[in-house]
Amino acid sequence: MSAEEKESSAGPPMPLSLARAGSRVRLVCVRAGRGLARRLADMGFVPGDEIQVVSNGVPGPLVVLVKGSRLVLGRGMAEKILVK
Amino acid sequence: METIKKTITIALAGNPNSGKTTVFNSLTGSRQHVGNYPGVTVEKKEGYRDHKGYRVRVVDLPGTYSLTAYSIEELIARHFVVEEKPDVVVDILDATNLERNLYLAVQFMELGARLVLALNMSDLAKVRGYEVDREKLSVLLGCPVVPTVATKGEGMSGLLDAAIAQMNETHNLPSVTVKYGWEIEEEIARLSSLLEKCDELASNHSPRWLAIKLLENDTEVREQVRRQCGNSDEILDAVRRSTQHLETVFGDAPEIVIADRRYGFISGACRESVRSTGQSRYDMSERIDSVLTNRIIGLPLFIGLMYLVFQFTFTLGAPLMELLEKLFALMGNVISSLWPAESESALKSLLVDGVIGGVGSVLSFLPNIMFLFLAIAILEDSGYMARAAFIMDRIMHKVGLHGKSFIPMLLAFGCTVPAIMATRTLEHRTDRLTTILVTPLISCGARLTIYAMMIPAFFPLAWRARVLWILYIIGILLALLSAKLIRVTVLRGESTPFVMELPPYRMPTVRGVAIHTWERACMYVKKAGTIILAVSVILWALTSYPKSKELEKEFDREMARVQRLLVSNGDTGGEAAIQEKLDQLQREKEAQMLAHSAAGRIGRFLEPALRPLGFDWRIGTAFLGAFAAKEVFVAQMGIVFSIGDAETSHRSLRQKLHENYSRLTGFCVMLFAMIATPCVATVAVTRREAGSWKWAIFQFGGLTVMAYILTLLVHQIGLLLS
Repeated sequence: MSAEEKESSAGPPMPLSLARAGSRVRLVCVRAGRGLARRLADMGFVPGDEIQVVSNGVPGPLVVLVKGSRLVLGRGMAEKILVK
Repeated sequence: METIKKTITIALAGNPNSGKTTVFNSLTGSRQHVGNYPGVTVEKKEGYRDHKGYRVRVVDLPGTYSLTAYSIEELIARHFVVEEKPDVVVDILDATNLERNLYLAVQFMELGARLVLALNMSDLAKVRGYEVDREKLSVLLGCPVVPTVATKGEGMSGLLDAAIAQMNETHNLPSVTVKYGWEIEEEIARLSSLLEKCDELASNHSPRWLAIKLLENDTEVREQVRRQCGNSDEILDAVRRSTQHLETVFGDAPEIVIADRRYGFISGACRESVRSTGQSRYDMSERIDSVLTNRIIGLPLFIGLMYLVFQFTFTLGAPLMELLEKLFALMGNVISSLWPAESESALKSLLVDGVIGGVGSVLSFLPNIMFLFLAIAILEDSGYMARAAFIMDRIMHKVGLHGKSFIPMLLAFGCTVPAIMATRTLEHRTDRLTTILVTPLISCGARLTIYAMMIPAFFPLAWRARVLWILYIIGILLALLSAKLIRVTVLRGESTPFVMELPPYRMPTVRGVAIHTWERACMYVKKAGTIILAVSVILWALTSYPKSKELEKEFDREMARVQRLLVSNGDTGGEAAIQEKLDQLQREKEAQMLAHSAAGRIGRFLEPALRPLGFDWRIGTAFLGAFAAKEVFVAQMGIVFSIGDAETSHRSLRQKLHENYSRLTGFCVMLFAMIATPCVATVAVTRREAGSWKWAIFQFGGLTVMAYILTLLVHQIGLLLS
């Protein structure tokens, strides 16, 4: 897991939708309208926070672990979240 | 005996899945009342409990993660606290996931509510290795923290003690405010001083809270400022400048920074008061999920589970349903016997044929529906429903909806009415409206009665199950296609973003499941008691009036003649045959009376339009009945074919149908019944849930047109092929 962590924390930001299942990433920013960004922040998606990708099957939604909860994220939403 | 000193109001708040409903049930028991929040269709539950001389009124707020103006639920929770000023707000926290759950609590603190925190599921938290220093946590947050295990009813009186103490402010806790760092605090102070000048607003809200909300770009508070403040231009201008300033400082919108700081405050408080051995609350769930939400076997498992649910529902429901049918028949007979046998009393006919016939036929579905709701309550309470939504998301996404819409559609197999009510869980209006509009296409339990009567009349045994499946699948496909069509036409727009929590799996409690099932069943019964009663009476009138004196006399003469024959014919052999002839006459009389009635005339009037579908006036008349409740179609067909009581003589009705119509027409009738004219209860509930007649009429018209076109196509193509 720690190798995975190193691997994904390097490099420029990428959309969460591209993160591999099992990887841990950090949120950089949310590229969305104010309402949606706010909503995501309320759900625990705040910059710098760790996101654990539980599953990511294309096509279809992702499952991530954020602040102790598993959340299902629509793919469209995951494309708007930039992570490192 | 204690005397009640005072009534106090407690508002119960909490995240979805925090066990809030269970706490509410534990606190209030059966003393509950379900209503709606004024003006919206969000359910409002209230209950009472007496505690140490107080009468405690408990109001269940909607489950939310936050208190923004983002969804109706959040607005309602906020309004209730601001406007109705409950004496205490009790926030239910899932003790196994404090960081996320405290986010809502912090917002109640900011709102200035007197807050009590319930550490719910504290037994589970202990098992998972969380140790919470409650004393420390309550000092850090400035409000009492009480452990509870709502599933076992533990900690309820401690919770009420704390609430009363908090109301009387007899505790010794510091007052705590979340600080947002000097850059933001500076802006908050600037805006607060401007807001203090606005008396109307400041009398009801704390200026600090208003300032934070304005920085968070809260649409509702902005609107309030605009409406209520003399210096609104000055305030909003200051907000704009502050926002710009903070955006340049932080490189992010202020609301994001504020959310971040709140989470920072919480994580600081948790670091000091919670010790964890690091065991995940998903340990068990992970193993279950690796099977149930597996990419390859997840979907087949889900379909298999649904099959079991239906099997369970119909196997257990069928005998009870028969029993209820018999009971209503008995009731009908008892009431009939209050009149002399040959009485033509309109009141008798109204009670027996209209009220008991109409409402009884709907209520006899209650067992099936209860079992379906029971199964669904178990799936919901265990946490599986969220997984089902996840599994279905891929498919639902293709038609512009998302996985959550699937749950109401699932309920629709039982009855469309609770299914439409269940769309309340969808956050976005476009999703919700689309789901409401297409839900009637899913074949409900009432339509199953039509299929069950028609299929054996036209199809050989080997084909029957297949035809039934084909009908169900046509319905599902049509629902998905229509959703797609609606999403690219009337409700255009990108598919809405979708975030949903997957709660850890939990063992459902008997009490919780029972209450959920009961609530949904009550809605169904209420519908039968009100709308269906009214429409049954109207339809009864349509099928009974106008009466024809000549027809009646003619039949009476003929019957009297046969009767005389019976009397003069002493031998017993002819008696049965003559009795048979009498019954036959009675049925023919009913059929002719129906043809003469308003419903019969409407049927005849519609016949030219129905011809191309292969329908005659009799089918048209029966479809009028189907508007009250789909299964009335069967009863009406029984009457037009003068079979008499259709319920007990399905076989002879099938015989008649077989003689009169082709297999193609039979299929077309089922197709039309599936799609066309949602029943009156569906129309009413759509009107209520969608908020206007416009959508109910659109749904009604759209479905009827769709039914007409599709049935026309099937019938005409079928004719060409044969």
